[in-house]
Amino acid sequence: MEIDPFIFRLSIFILSIFVGYYVVWSVTPSLHTPLMSVTNAISSVIIVGAIIAALSGSDGVVFSSSSIYGFLAIILAAVNIFGGFLVTQRMLAMYKKKKKDK
Amino acid sequence: MSANLSAILYLVSGVLFILALRGLSSPETSRQGNLFGIIGMVIAVSVTFLSVGNFTSGFIYVLIFLAIGGSIGAFIAYRIPMTAMPELVAGFHSLVGLAAVFVAISAFINPAAFNLGTPGNIKLASLIEMAIGAAVGAITFSGSVIAFLKLQGIMSGAPITFKGQHLLNALLLVLIVILTIYLCSNQSTNLFWILIAVSFLIGFLIIIPIGGADMPVVISMLNSYSGWAAAGIGFTLENTALIITGALVGSSGAILSYIMCKGMNRSFFNVILGGFGATDQTSGSQSKEQRPVKSGNADDAAFLMKNASSVIIVPGYGMAVAQAQHALREMVDTLKKNDIKVSYAIHPVAGRMPGHMNVLLAEANVPYDEVFELEEINNDFANADVAFVIGANDVTNPVAKTDPQSPIYGMPVLDVEKCKSVLFVKRSLSPGYAGIDNDLFYKENTLMLFADAKKMTEDITKNL
Repeated sequence: MEIDPFIFRLSIFILSIFVGYYVVWSVTPSLHTPLMSVTNAISSVIIVGAIIAALSGSDGVVFSSSSIYGFLAIILAAVNIFGGFLVTQRMLAMYKKKKKDK
Repeated sequence: MSANLSAILYLVSGVLFILALRGLSSPETSRQGNLFGIIGMVIAVSVTFLSVGNFTSGFIYVLIFLAIGGSIGAFIAYRIPMTAMPELVAGFHSLVGLAAVFVAISAFINPAAFNLGTPGNIKLASLIEMAIGAAVGAITFSGSVIAFLKLQGIMSGAPITFKGQHLLNALLLVLIVILTIYLCSNQSTNLFWILIAVSFLIGFLIIIPIGGADMPVVISMLNSYSGWAAAGIGFTLENTALIITGALVGSSGAILSYIMCKGMNRSFFNVILGGFGATDQTSGSQSKEQRPVKSGNADDAAFLMKNASSVIIVPGYGMAVAQAQHALREMVDTLKKNDIKVSYAIHPVAGRMPGHMNVLLAEANVPYDEVFELEEINNDFANADVAFVIGANDVTNPVAKTDPQSPIYGMPVLDVEKCKSVLFVKRSLSPGYAGIDNDLFYKENTLMLFADAKKMTEDITKNL
């Protein structure tokens, strides 16, 4: 009997939870705020679903009842991607080591 | 682009996201990690464009909407003050949640575009995944909106509780399961809408009973939810990048919630089922008569610090409210010029989100190697001359170690009282969030400085 592809995806999912578990425990507590903003940004990779949804309108119809939700989701996810990565960048730039008054 | 190639590239971007989180293990590697994250995102988006391969007029609109969202996001990211990070993160969570809901709706209306079957005849597994993604997304959205309103002060931070609240939540959760089962059997569009509406309601009801100072747990929890929502959609779309990311974010948020709960010595359920404020424990503290307090002014504080050889600063949320971090850094600079050793002690739940104080101090140009976590620095208080408590309260309360009756008993606290002298900047003697008196106020070696944190810090600097 052939294995359902779902099982493969489930395996990836479960293993990723474990990877996440160990990787996040190694994050230094002082960087927990950037951790939240960057996880925010990467979870917006949901934009791939939004793009597929937005381009689903066929035969020259750009805005159909289903693609409109895709376009809305693109805006939301894009706010998050740009906002999330940039604000993380801004925060991390402040964590530079300063040795001037030592 | 072939399906196999795009699947591999999605895997690559998933791995890059793992490296992005991995980079955060130290400040030196963190910026590189963020770059990996950005590359991963660019790969995922480009692959999606290439595999859809539909470069018609719709494609131009996609770019336009991407640009609109992107510029809003960039604008917010550059303008937001660091003190408002908790609100920002809560707001961003709500967007992820809502995006998940929209994608699920779109997939439900037009499953053919996602290779999931035809309307009214969607593959069973996909339908379940879609329903889970939509429900968790909706809960994340409405929950985050409430968290945002509470953090922003638009909505009172006080817990809102009513009779039968937990019963109602439980019933609604059961209702969601029932709706999902019915949805699978008859694929009715109306049921799908009701499912989403009920999920919105649950998100709202789950967050309103949680008090303002429990927000670190709430934000971490919603962080976790937004990950699970993304993973649910990832299963629907059979997209590896989304599944990996969802799992990463989901476990990241769960770990942060755990760390925050541990920092308050409370169980996750205890936080979720209603805050300190909801339980009645005011009776004990009110019967106490007024105890004598020593209070001083900036002059006294400056005198104490000038004669100290080591000072430990204990910042809390009050410092963020008063925007005192820059004034504080100036004070510390002056102290350092006088050859006084200064370090910062940060409690895990100081502030309104995990790591909040660290970011504020970093913003004020405090080198991160002067900032220590509770376990690292707690033994140093006994050897320090002055502890300067600014905007923190409950996390310094010795009652947590001495009084088993206290609601915060067992919570890890900073051993501030072991210092030779304690300077406590506070506006009044009012109790902290936990609603209990802080024994530290009445200790022999404590000097209360009643003032606004920023003004007091500036005055001390002048007097040094």
